[in-house]
Amino acid sequence: MKIIVLMKQVANKDAILRINKEATWIEEGDLSWEVNESDGYALEESLRLKEKHGGEVVVCTMGPQRAKAVIKDALARGADRAIHVVADDTTGMGPFKAAQILAEAVRGEQADLVMTGLQSDDNGYAQTGVILAELLGLPHATIVIEVDASGDQLRVKRELESGWYQWYSMPRPALLTIQSGISQIRYATLKGIMAAKKKEIREVQPASEASQGASHQRVTKIYFPEKTKQTQFLGDGDARRGAAQLAEKLRSEARVI
Amino acid sequence: MPNGILVFAEHRDGVFGKTSFEAVAAAQQLGASLGQPVTAVVLSTDAALAQQVAPYKVERVVSVESPKLSEYTPDGYADALEQAVRRIDPQYVVMPHTYLVRDCAPKLAARFGKGVISDCVRASAGDGAATFTRRIFQGKIDADVVSAGEPPVFATFQSGAYRAEQAERGEGSAPVESLAVEVGEIRMKPEPPFQEVKQAVDLSRADVIVAVGRGIKGQEHLKLAEQLAEVLGGDIAASRPICDAGWLPIDRQIGSSGQTVAPKLYVALGISGAIQHLVGMKNAGTIVAINKDPEAPIFDIADYGIVGDLFEAVPALTEELKKLKG
Ligand SMILES: Cc1cc2nc3c(=O)[nH]c(=O)nc-3n(C[C@H](O)[C@H](O)[C@H](O)COP(=O)(O)OP(=O)(O)OC[C@H]3O[C@@H](n4cnc5c(N)ncnc54)[C@H](O)[C@@H]3O)c2cc1C
Ligand SMILES: Nc1ncnc2c1ncn2[C@@H]1O[C@H](COP(=O)(O)O)[C@@H](O)[C@H]1O
Repeated sequence: MKIIVLMKQVANKDAILRINKEATWIEEGDLSWEVNESDGYALEESLRLKEKHGGEVVVCTMGPQRAKAVIKDALARGADRAIHVVADDTTGMGPFKAAQILAEAVRGEQADLVMTGLQSDDNGYAQTGVILAELLGLPHATIVIEVDASGDQLRVKRELESGWYQWYSMPRPALLTIQSGISQIRYATLKGIMAAKKKEIREVQPASEASQGASHQRVTKIYFPEKTKQTQFLGDGDARRGAAQLAEKLRSEARVI
Repeated sequence: MPNGILVFAEHRDGVFGKTSFEAVAAAQQLGASLGQPVTAVVLSTDAALAQQVAPYKVERVVSVESPKLSEYTPDGYADALEQAVRRIDPQYVVMPHTYLVRDCAPKLAARFGKGVISDCVRASAGDGAATFTRRIFQGKIDADVVSAGEPPVFATFQSGAYRAEQAERGEGSAPVESLAVEVGEIRMKPEPPFQEVKQAVDLSRADVIVAVGRGIKGQEHLKLAEQLAEVLGGDIAASRPICDAGWLPIDRQIGSSGQTVAPKLYVALGISGAIQHLVGMKNAGTIVAINKDPEAPIFDIADYGIVGDLFEAVPALTEELKKLKG
C-alpha cells in the first residue's frame, strides 16, 4: 500500500505572534516552527498502516526551504521518502490553488491512500484535503479517528458533533483527513535520524498551470480581534499577586467559594 | 447575472440544527445590506422538510430532491448542491461551518474552481460586495477577506457568529419549489451514526471545573491542577490535546468533540481558547483564565484573568484559597 501524507509547517503554537507592517500576515522573521498538529497524527497513522499491511509512506510538504525540517523529522520517524514542493508564499494561495498545486505534485504517484490533517493551525481553512480529493477524483472522509484497511474496502470511523460517530466504507484509492488523537505519536529514534539522512527528498516546483492566476480569496487586512468582554486582569504581571487578588475576588465578588 | 444569496439549511435525519438558523440569520443580514433576496435550500427526498424553513423571511425555499439524498454522503450532497447552485445562480452561497459542511462544501466549491471562505465570524457589505472576517491562528487573529473571482462566492459561518433567534420570520409562508436533481454514483457507504457507551464521568453537573490545556506541559504537572480542584471542591477537565496525548481520559474533554458544561466556576489553566473549546464552556457562570499570553482568545470570555506563568500562579492560588477557607 502506497500512502502519501501531506504535512505542513506552521508557526509554533506558543509563539507570540506579531502582525507585519502591511497588516497582511504575521512577522515571520524570528518565529519558531513546528509541524501542523493533525498532520503529525496523519503521519503516525500512515506509519502504522504500513507496518500492518506493508508498502511505502511518502511525505509531501509545500513551503519554503525551512519546511524541510518537517520532512526530515517525518523521515526520521519512519517515512520512506519525501516530495518538497518549493513555494515561498503559500498563504497567499488560498485553499483551492494550494490543493491544485499539491494535486499536480502527487498525481503521478498513484497512491492507494492520501492522508492529510483535518485543518491547518495557521490558515485553518479545513479544505485542502477535500479539494485535493475532488481534483484527484478520489472518494474522501473527513475528521477520521480510526482506519481499518484490512478488507477490500476501506472502513473508517468519523467523528461527528457532540459525541456521535459514524463508520463509512469506501473503495481505494481514497483520501482521509485525520483528526488529532487518532493514535499516540512516536518519537524519532537516533537510528531513525541516522537512517533519514540517506532517504530521498525530491524537490519540485509548483506546476505552472496550477500556480497561475489569482487566488479566489484575498486577505485585505489582519488584526487582533477586538475584545468584547471586560476581563478584570489581576496581579499586573505578577502571577503570585494575581493569585492572591483572585482568591479574594472569588470569595467576595463572584461568591463562588 | 448571478444574483441573491443562497443559504443552505442543514438537517440531520429531518432535524434542523441551531446552526442552520444562524446561517439563515447571516444570509438575511447580508441580503439586507446588499439589497439582495435570500433563497433557502433544503436537501431531501421530498418537499416535506423544506416546509419547516418556509416560515422564515426568505424569497423562496428550494427543495432539492433525489432518492439518493435520504442520508448524507459527500458525493450525493456535492452533486445535488452543485446543480442547485447552477440553477439558482446566486452571488453568495452561505452555509453553517458544521462537520457536514466541512465534509462537502470544499468539494462543491472545487467544482466551481475555487475554495470556501470558511469559518467566518462576521460579514459586512459595501459597494455591492461583501467582506468576510475569519479567525486565523486558532482564534488569535482576525483576517478580513474579499472574494477576488467570479460569483458564486462560498462562505461558511462559525457556530455562534450569529444567533439563531436573529433569523427573521416572514409575514406569510415562503413559497416552496421542488428541484429534482440527478445524483451520480455514491462511492462511500455510511453506517448508522452512534454514540460511545455512556461516559464514566458526567461533568455537566459539576459546580466547579478546573481545566488544563497544553500549557501544563507534562502529565506529571497535572497534580497542580488537581490540588487546586481539591480546595475548590471541583472536578478536573481538559482541552483536547491533553486527552489526545492520553494524559487524561477522553471523558474529561471539554468542547465541540467533548462535553458541554456550565459550572458556576470554570478555571482554565494554560488553555488558549480555540472556538472548539469555547463552545463547550462559554456558558459557565464565572470564568477564570491563567495564561502567559495576554492575547490568548480565552481572555475574551474570561471574567478574571491572570497573565503569567501557571506554574507560579496555580500553587499560589491554591495556598491563598486554603488560607481563606481556614
Ligand atoms: C473538528 C475539531 C474538533 C475539536 N474539538 C475540540 C474539543 O472538543 N475540545 C478542545 O479543547 N479542543 C478541540 N479541538 C482543538 C482546538 O482547535 C485546539 O487545538 C485546542 O483546544 C487547543 O488546546 P489548548 O488550548 O490546550 O492548547 P494551545 O492552543 O496550544 O494553548 C496552550 C496555551 O497555554 C499557554 N501556556 C503555555 N505555557 C504556559 C504557562 N507556563 N503558563 C500559562 N500559560 C501557558 C499558551 O499561551 C497557550 O495559550 C478541536 C479541533 C477541531 C478541528
Ligand atoms: N502547504 C502545505 N503542504 C502540505 N500539506 C498541506 C499544506 N497546506 C495544507 N496542507 C494539508 O491540508 C490540511 C488542511 O489544511 P487547511 O485546508 O489549510 O486547513 C493540512 O492539515 C495538511 O495536511
